[in-house]
Amino acid sequence: MALFESLSTKLQDITAKMRGKSRVTEQDIKDMMKEIRIALLEADVNYQVVKELTQEIGEKCKNQEVMESLTPGQQVVKIVHDSLVDILGGGDNSLHFQSSGFTVIMLYGLQGSGKTTTAAKLALHLRKQAGKKPFLVSVDTHRPAAQEQLAILAKSIDVPCYINPQEKDAVVIAREGLVKARYLMRDVMIVDTAGRMTVDDTLMRELKEIAEVVRPNEKLLIVDAMIGQEAVNVARTFDEEIGLDGFIMTKLDGDARGGAALSIYRMTQKPIKFAATGEKVDALEAFHPDRMASRILGMGDVLSLIEKAGREIDEKKAMQSINRLQNNQFTLDDMLEQFEQVQKMGSLKDILGMIPGMNNKQLANVNLDDRKLDYTKAIIRSMTAAERSNVKLLNASRRQRIAKGSGRTVQEVNQLVKQYEESLKMMKSMGLTGKKGAKGKKRRTGGFPGFNFPS
Amino acid sequence: MALFDKFKQGLTKTRDFLMGQVSNIAAALGFFDEEELEELEIALIQADVGAACTDELMTALREKMRISKNRSTEFVLGTLKKEIRGILGEKEQLYLEPGKLNILMMVGVNGTGKTTTAGKMALRFSREGKKVLMCAADTFRAAAIQQLEAWCERTNTPLISQKDGKDPAAVVYDSIKAAQARGSDVLIIDTAGRLHNKKNLMDELGKIRRIIEREAPDAVVQTLLVIDATSGQNAVIQTATFTEVSDVTGLVLTKLDGSAKGGVAVAVAYQSNVPILLAGLGETAEDLVDFDPDAFVDSLLPEEELQKIAKTD
Repeated sequence: MALFESLSTKLQDITAKMRGKSRVTEQDIKDMMKEIRIALLEADVNYQVVKELTQEIGEKCKNQEVMESLTPGQQVVKIVHDSLVDILGGGDNSLHFQSSGFTVIMLYGLQGSGKTTTAAKLALHLRKQAGKKPFLVSVDTHRPAAQEQLAILAKSIDVPCYINPQEKDAVVIAREGLVKARYLMRDVMIVDTAGRMTVDDTLMRELKEIAEVVRPNEKLLIVDAMIGQEAVNVARTFDEEIGLDGFIMTKLDGDARGGAALSIYRMTQKPIKFAATGEKVDALEAFHPDRMASRILGMGDVLSLIEKAGREIDEKKAMQSINRLQNNQFTLDDMLEQFEQVQKMGSLKDILGMIPGMNNKQLANVNLDDRKLDYTKAIIRSMTAAERSNVKLLNASRRQRIAKGSGRTVQEVNQLVKQYEESLKMMKSMGLTGKKGAKGKKRRTGGFPGFNFPS
Repeated sequence: MALFDKFKQGLTKTRDFLMGQVSNIAAALGFFDEEELEELEIALIQADVGAACTDELMTALREKMRISKNRSTEFVLGTLKKEIRGILGEKEQLYLEPGKLNILMMVGVNGTGKTTTAGKMALRFSREGKKVLMCAADTFRAAAIQQLEAWCERTNTPLISQKDGKDPAAVVYDSIKAAQARGSDVLIIDTAGRLHNKKNLMDELGKIRRIIEREAPDAVVQTLLVIDATSGQNAVIQTATFTEVSDVTGLVLTKLDGSAKGGVAVAVAYQSNVPILLAGLGETAEDLVDFDPDAFVDSLLPEEELQKIAKTD
């Protein structure tokens, strides 16, 4: 799909055409601005915002640095990226808790934007990261089983929750929820409201009536990362009618570029406070303007990958593995450990997708089967402890037994053993193993020396 | 209400937006010059028609203007309307084969309205006198089954479900057996929402599909992709990815009335060969209607209003 080629590739194409010219002309800048305009529109950034932005960026690009740079394409990308970061990072994106000790957060949004799931995620986040005692209330009297959905999610994260599916009046439920939250001495109450297909008067009236009862301190609008040009209308209407304090972007684990983030900040001047990145209840993160900018421009998400690695990989275990490597003791057990660490980070495709330059088109052709890792693990687990620490023990009959035990073929067992031996060899050649391995400079390998994806 | 009127009413927002823009542009000069054409291009993009599709439309329009040397408002808007109509393709309808088990599998990303659409379809088919059976294959999202239950109660449709967290393929298996035993005409399978870039979740759809093919080889199977009209250009990628993985036979565009940006229908039609079968034009079950390209285009750019604009020049 040529349509979704990343901006940097396109700009590089333009600059490639300029080869031989001593410097960039104004026309070149104009061409590049056109590409930027299309890229932003394809990312669903609002047209008005795109127009203003390309104008601003065009001005910035006319300075000496770009015009005389040997790599003007990259310079321009950098300027665009920095401008987006500036815009996205505006405003205060922290939550404000009341000194009174009782804070009410009210969530708004269109149908299907992910309000209920986000409510639960936010509750878990507040408990885990901020040490709060959250309380959940659903006042959605419209969608069938919406309240039950929140109750089930609340139970799964062990946060108290109030629902009353029999009650038709959302205001009554809100009042009852408030009493309950205070009675249980909770310090943050999160109110999940009903969504509508569109912002209409009836809904607004209901939402205002609820707000009068619960008196929210933080009014957050949930915005689906996939939303198109409509984003600005929705954000503006809610902001004008209700007065928002910020936004939460959801479904950022999809491949939508999420240009709406840019539009809504630009048009409302209200900050984006969180990003929801997965179906699990712990998939809520602080919002990172730089990553969002890269995403809108289709430039990969290296920072998220690094952070993910940092969070999911057990530092201690990784260090142990390295130590063992250096003492020439890297066994199949260690290899198993490494596979498990990698799997914690998510599917291989997800991981690769965060590397810049890896676009969907390339990834679609790569056949990455996450089950291969599972198979490999099964094979290692079918070995005895002695076999795992000394592969030389593995004669034909043992290999056959292992193959049967793991439900794989003998060839696959052979392949694994070979791969393991090659990894050892490679580590040796990298100077990572052996008695003097750690001599000289201290080398941090990130915990994955000689790691090969099983193929 | 006639189908045409429903489209007209449902698309009010998009029409108001588009016609507002168009009449502003037209009022400037009375005919279309390069500047006006650019404005028109912008209006299309703002209606979520998408950069690529807009480009194609405008190129065709410019070409026709060049050949005919006609720059009048009437000609430009009339041509644009024809071009959009051309992109939308022939009208195709959701067809249920009589005397056979028709299996409709609802797929799509999270929050597009799969369960609601399944409920509305159940009502429609049972009104047509068909024996409908529903299958709750969304075992992942909390209370998805209860939501479907509520719809089934309203529409008096029997429902096959298991507990949350069970293998959806197992529920599908059960429902096929039940449909066969009861002699159902239609089996609607409501699957869990999944983002199209998650391989393992997309593979799950393949598994469900294999079970259907194995257990009900005689059945007529259709996979309907539910797309939220509020979504932007990602809808195009969704269509492409889902089509590749699960053999989508038709599209359902929901929430068309909710957005001033119904242009996404054109963007999707432009990039994909899968026909749009149904359109959600409102909240009630009656508002889920057969997609009619003529009614759609005429609701966006109504003939009488185009005439009016042309005359005021």
